[in-house]
Amino acid sequence: MTELTDLTLADARDALRQKKISSAELTMAYLAAIEKARPLNAFLLETPDHAQAMARACDERIARGEAGLLEGIPLGIKDLFCTEGVRTTAASHILENFVPPYESTITANLWRDGAVMLGKLNLDEFAMGSSNETSYFGPVISPWRRAGSTAPLTPGGSSGGSAAAVAARLCLGATATDTGGSIRQPAAFTGTVGIKPTYGRCSRWGVVAFASSLDQAGPITRTVRDAAIMLRSMAGYDPKDSTSVNLPVPDYEEVLGQSVKGMRIGIPKEYRLDAMPEEIGRLWDQGIEWMRAAGAEPVEISLPHTRHALPAYYIVAPAEASSNLARYDGVRFGLRVPGKDIAGMYEETRAEGFGKEVRRRILIGTYVLSAGYYDAYYVRAQKIRTLIKQDFDQAFDQKIDAILTPATPSAAFGLGEKGAKDPIEMYLNDIFTVTVNMAGLPGIAVPAGVSSEGLPLGLQLIGRPFDEQTLFALAAVIESSAPPVSLPSAWWA
Amino acid sequence: MNTHVKPSKLIKGATGDWEVIIGLEVHAQVTSRSKLFSGASTLFGAEPNTNVSLVDAAMPGMLPVINAECVAQAVRTGLGLQAQINLRSVFDRKNYFYPDLPQGYQISQYKSPIVGEGTVIVDVSPTEQIEVGIERLHLEQDAGKSLHDQSATDSFVDLNRSGVALMEIVSKPDMRSADEARAYVSKLRTILRYLGTCDGNMEQGSLRADVNVSVRRPGEPFGTRCEIKNVNSIRFIGQAIETEARRQIAILEDGGSIDQETRLFDPGKGETRSMRSKEEAHDYRYFPDPDLLPLEFDQAYVDELASALPELPDAKKSRFMKDYGLPAYDAGVLVADKETADYYEAAVNYGGTKRDPKLVANWVTGDVAAYANSVGLAVAQTHLTPAQIATLVDLISEQTISGKIAKDVLAILISEEKEGDPRAIVEARGLKQVTDTGAIEAAVDAIISANPDKVAQAQAKPTMLGWFVGQVMKQTGGKANPQAVNELLKAKLGI
Amino acid sequence: MSVDAVTVRKIAHLARIKVNDADVPHLQQELNAILTFVEQLSAVDIEGVEPLTSVMPMPMAKREDVVTDGGIPDAIVANAPVSEDRFFVVPKVVE
Repeated sequence: MTELTDLTLADARDALRQKKISSAELTMAYLAAIEKARPLNAFLLETPDHAQAMARACDERIARGEAGLLEGIPLGIKDLFCTEGVRTTAASHILENFVPPYESTITANLWRDGAVMLGKLNLDEFAMGSSNETSYFGPVISPWRRAGSTAPLTPGGSSGGSAAAVAARLCLGATATDTGGSIRQPAAFTGTVGIKPTYGRCSRWGVVAFASSLDQAGPITRTVRDAAIMLRSMAGYDPKDSTSVNLPVPDYEEVLGQSVKGMRIGIPKEYRLDAMPEEIGRLWDQGIEWMRAAGAEPVEISLPHTRHALPAYYIVAPAEASSNLARYDGVRFGLRVPGKDIAGMYEETRAEGFGKEVRRRILIGTYVLSAGYYDAYYVRAQKIRTLIKQDFDQAFDQKIDAILTPATPSAAFGLGEKGAKDPIEMYLNDIFTVTVNMAGLPGIAVPAGVSSEGLPLGLQLIGRPFDEQTLFALAAVIESSAPPVSLPSAWWA
Repeated sequence: MNTHVKPSKLIKGATGDWEVIIGLEVHAQVTSRSKLFSGASTLFGAEPNTNVSLVDAAMPGMLPVINAECVAQAVRTGLGLQAQINLRSVFDRKNYFYPDLPQGYQISQYKSPIVGEGTVIVDVSPTEQIEVGIERLHLEQDAGKSLHDQSATDSFVDLNRSGVALMEIVSKPDMRSADEARAYVSKLRTILRYLGTCDGNMEQGSLRADVNVSVRRPGEPFGTRCEIKNVNSIRFIGQAIETEARRQIAILEDGGSIDQETRLFDPGKGETRSMRSKEEAHDYRYFPDPDLLPLEFDQAYVDELASALPELPDAKKSRFMKDYGLPAYDAGVLVADKETADYYEAAVNYGGTKRDPKLVANWVTGDVAAYANSVGLAVAQTHLTPAQIATLVDLISEQTISGKIAKDVLAILISEEKEGDPRAIVEARGLKQVTDTGAIEAAVDAIISANPDKVAQAQAKPTMLGWFVGQVMKQTGGKANPQAVNELLKAKLGI
Repeated sequence: MSVDAVTVRKIAHLARIKVNDADVPHLQQELNAILTFVEQLSAVDIEGVEPLTSVMPMPMAKREDVVTDGGIPDAIVANAPVSEDRFFVVPKVVE
């Protein structure tokens, strides 16, 4: 038998149900793997006692024939999801010692279905970043390396810990969140599958907020099937979140392997960037060919406001963040740094508690909302958002079933390589993903090939609102068409 | 809007007359069981941080969900103010830092409030009525409470009030005197209490006002205004306006100018002072709250709430005037408090028979109200029942007792026999009016024969009659029918 | 539009983030880089376009007016840097 940690989530689920393996042994295998992988810095907190207790309970339920959808499956949790009694930091100094007295809806859903928590995963501070380098606790190091190099690479961000842990087989799947690409970009960088569902599909209750109108949680997994299984558990209406949508959650697994024949796949011409590396263009063309080969029909479409999405995002997201992060004031929880008076206490606490990128975004957000600039920046950006949404509406009106694009403009880059001088350089990572958040649509990143340096590359599929099923069906086609990507050898262990 | 300047409203300055312009922002706590965006209780006076949910404490990842009843209460209030109800409104975040503001922003409605323009009719005095325009009404969250007096170095923060629903009711600058402002707030409070949308309890902070005051020479454009924050009694609202108007007039007459600023009224010192420390860099950075959706409902929802509204003070006043023939003043006094109005009607109609409405009104607004006032209660809160008052009035109307004896009976009901039946009291204590002419005549004759000198005086000066009436009443223990005494005396004295 | 050093300090104060004098120049530069980047939006024709107010248009669900929460003062103050008798304690606020 292969190593337990080589099983996919779907395989493990089946083996557990058939009692071929126990959750206890599976969990132990992961805990051992996590311990060996500490150099990757993927976990901010390992919760072995918690995990083993949960696993024992799972095995008892399996024995009683009461297995839930994810019974016994060990998962990693991005440290942006509040977990009751378990430290939750958002990778920020300001929340370094915060222990929530509550459980996020999404993690509660996972535990309801029998999942096991292995620990809390590293991320960019408050999910603000594309390389995991803004984490107060240091960057995550990708399990991937360029061919012939030992230079540490980024797993992407902000869900870098989630992507790295899944790729390095430190968990069967991980929760993640995506505000401008934070699920799909790290998934693409690590050869994993990441889906950002439609805005409103997953509850935001108990997830530390970055930008409320853009934030949406989803899973990162090794396969499309695993993502389908995990999203089904995470998703669902939550009356505690006013933006949550009251729609039934389908069994996403059912659509896998179904024919995509006759589906019309939009190929947006505006995504073909001049500065895009040639291999990204080739990957995209390859994806189009796979679609055609599966009987789908690629159709060129136009999304004319695409190029405005990223600048508009860098108004809307910081604006919301500046307000969402006002609650970190040293009064009720988190870090407090004394000052000469109450205002001094606020200013010292927030200067020391937030890292550089978070401070920068709060300042930009404060500026674009301030008197005299609100209309020129925020209102204008929200109008452009309407235009972006209309672009997609018009495409879908032309009977387009989904849209195929590259997931990222490049393969993973080295730690410290980008954004040191100019923050915009880092922001450009989200160029293909951010439009999807601006319009609230579902998007999935699927591994599709490797770069000239041997690093994973991904394609993105964008769907109609609440039509995650079509995305899973098409993603499965890419997954089965793409050459198998050989996982990195465990150089860290 | 008042277009004419009423000379009686003007304030005399050293260099001439000034007109004071007043607008009010009243913060009224919405009557609801739970908070605007959380399921925590709104009950007053709980232990610190007890009526607080994770949402009210703004824990990371917590989200607001709107309370349907608070929306309905705002709509009811808008209807009661004869105002425009907006079928679509938007919640915005008002961003600022303060220890009792956990989110770092207040959820409020800035550009699109739930209620638009309306009108309140205000009785300033028995003879003067004005109309005050309502600019808007919006829903917002209350803040928590900071206690500053517990320690020399620290403030203590309690979030029990954090997130309680408030209605901010903004008037137009339509008031021209402290009296008008006081009368407006009283009327507004009456309307809210009728509607059941705010208990109007100013001691507990359920109703507070920010008062905007400016002054100008009659006929000139509006002057620069100052906002006096958080005035929490009707009396203080009046005092604050007078104090602030005089302060502004003094500055202007001295050749100075008014700075637009926020001020605080200090009732102890009788002055307003600048809150300039809070003034610095106010930039609230309003934007629509992305955790919420626009608040939308249809006209059918509004119509349903409208059809279930209770009778409001203005309508009740008209009805009292029409049905009971009351003068406007009496009707106005009675309807100012809904329970008093109900009490009055219960007394008038007690036992299924209607009694003299004016006489009942006199008792309710007179002796009963005076007693209630002396013990610090509202009329309906006293132990005196409408049945007792109705019986008392019946006894007078039947001429069983005189009005004077009725006052004695009331005194007995107040102090000795709280649950007593006035009729039984009159019976048991022999207070029945003497209408037997023989008995009265005997008393009259006795007084006349004992006071020949006074008889002569009275014949010369008929106003002396009163002295004889008094003597007869004394002799009969006050029980003689005063009309019979009068008639007999007049006949016997030949005047 | 670009920000000067005074504006950087003003926004930092509005955001209650202490900024040292030495940090102002590079903060100013970074903020201006972002503002320059978003400047391209001013060329977009937005005539007659409504700003997006909700990503997924739907009616906002309302809660019943029932007390379902609270009564957890210890949990509320459990993470407080300083608390006393279930109050949060902060440096004295002068009104």
